[in-house]
Amino acid sequence: MHNSFMTWFLPFLIIVGKSLLLLIVLLLLIAYLLYIDRKVWAAVQLRRGPNVVGPWGLLQSFADLIKFIIKEPVIPAGANKGVFLLAPFVAAGLALSTWAVVPVSYGWAIADINVGLLYIFAISSLEVYGVIMGGWASNSKYPFLGALRSTAQMISYEVSIGFVMVTVLLCVGSLNLSDIVLAQNNGLGTWIGIPFASFLDWHWINLFPMFVIFFISALAETNRPPFDLVEAESELVAGHMVEYSSAPYMLFFLGEYVTIVLMCAMITILFLGGWLSPLDIGWLNRVPGIIWFFLKVCFLFFMFAIVKAFVARYRYDQLMRLGWKVFLPLSLTMVIITATFLKITGWR
Amino acid sequence: MLTGPAAVFFYFFSLIMVASAVMVVAVRNPVHSVLFLILTFFNAAALFLLAGAEFLAMILLIVYVGAVAILFLFVVMMLDVGFIELRRRSFKYMPIGVLIGFLLLAELIIIFLSSSFSSKFSAVVSAPIDMVTRSNTQALGDVLYTDYAFYFEVGGIILLVAMIGVIVLTLHHRTGIKRQSIAEQVSRTSETAIEIKKVESNKGI
Repeated sequence: MHNSFMTWFLPFLIIVGKSLLLLIVLLLLIAYLLYIDRKVWAAVQLRRGPNVVGPWGLLQSFADLIKFIIKEPVIPAGANKGVFLLAPFVAAGLALSTWAVVPVSYGWAIADINVGLLYIFAISSLEVYGVIMGGWASNSKYPFLGALRSTAQMISYEVSIGFVMVTVLLCVGSLNLSDIVLAQNNGLGTWIGIPFASFLDWHWINLFPMFVIFFISALAETNRPPFDLVEAESELVAGHMVEYSSAPYMLFFLGEYVTIVLMCAMITILFLGGWLSPLDIGWLNRVPGIIWFFLKVCFLFFMFAIVKAFVARYRYDQLMRLGWKVFLPLSLTMVIITATFLKITGWR
Repeated sequence: MLTGPAAVFFYFFSLIMVASAVMVVAVRNPVHSVLFLILTFFNAAALFLLAGAEFLAMILLIVYVGAVAILFLFVVMMLDVGFIELRRRSFKYMPIGVLIGFLLLAELIIIFLSSSFSSKFSAVVSAPIDMVTRSNTQALGDVLYTDYAFYFEVGGIILLVAMIGVIVLTLHHRTGIKRQSIAEQVSRTSETAIEIKKVESNKGI
């Protein structure tokens, strides 16, 4: 009995503990990233942004949380109740579950699985279900149309995201996310003889076109402006979320932001060297990896927020054209070029 | 034989899988039916993971749940078919369905029987992978791109032909619609875009 406790139950408890810790940190982080998002947006438009709740408005997200929870959830009379309530849980649950494989520092992943990259790709391709179930179950025209548009958009950009991931893993030779980060210890910087500038070793410099494509595709995949055609706050209402209110709406909202932070983390891991320090200097190397990871994610989120503030919204046909006629051929060509280059030079 | 937590997980996933597979054919609403199908796929992926085939599990999720099932869902949600009516009539096809079911079952049984007779079969199917040096993904890739490269590429070309065929069948270029041509827009210069006319006073153009 004691033996089975040590071999099965204790690891189980440790995993549950780790997951809870990650969940709490992630949710706190999102509360403040939401605040940063609104502040940046406000600053660009010469407004103040949230500044009433708490000092400098720091508690705004928590006030919003309480508001969402104590409001009455309204379920439309003709809605398919089960699916209607299931959809937000699917959206938020799937978004959160992708974080299980993200290594936030060396060896700091809940599940350091061999096919980590594929896992993230698989789960993020499932996130479409939250959208389409919500849109259909509302039993109303506009959510349904919004859901269809959103689904088409997400599926289109998944293709180019997939090819970008293929290029990176061609350079690395592993689907394990930790291996992808560790492979960025050696790269262009080391090769041209500047060993201390380890930020030159990362993939963003030798795969720069892929870095840009991934960033833009991530914006489209998460329905962020300039690709937020589904929500388009100034024209439509909220796409597939029109009929949702209070806690179910909050879950959709949460899922969306968790996915955005995940995309920032993915860009960090694939292109910006994950938890590695940008300069190979003694005291910088002693800074814990998670700090670097956090700073990089915050930087990328800032980029997401800035893009939201000053890029005009795309039209739907332009969005589809960009996805299928520009990004798909470009990323496919880059896969072929990278593979050929690696085969000829034997770089890896 | 499975023991310990692995067995618990196995029975858990299998139970949900079988139950949701039954629900696929039992529920009245076709959308619910597709959702149960997705649950079935999901549990199948979990069973693959338990069997140590993590690559297959992820591919099952990406291909079937992430793409094929979404297509099903689209079709079922958007087509206005009288599904209740269809279901009532479907009892007519019951005997042939049962027949096909038994045929498949018989074939499965034959496969398992022949595997115990033919030594080559079991050698191919249960060839162990050296898990220390190579991961599941690498082992699969090695086989797919060396021994079976030809069949793999033929499969790819068949899919490509199917895709092009579908595009050709469904693409209609209607005339008389204003289309945006990006190349045309980009290649415009001030000479081709602007026309300067001298306007005399007290006269229009």
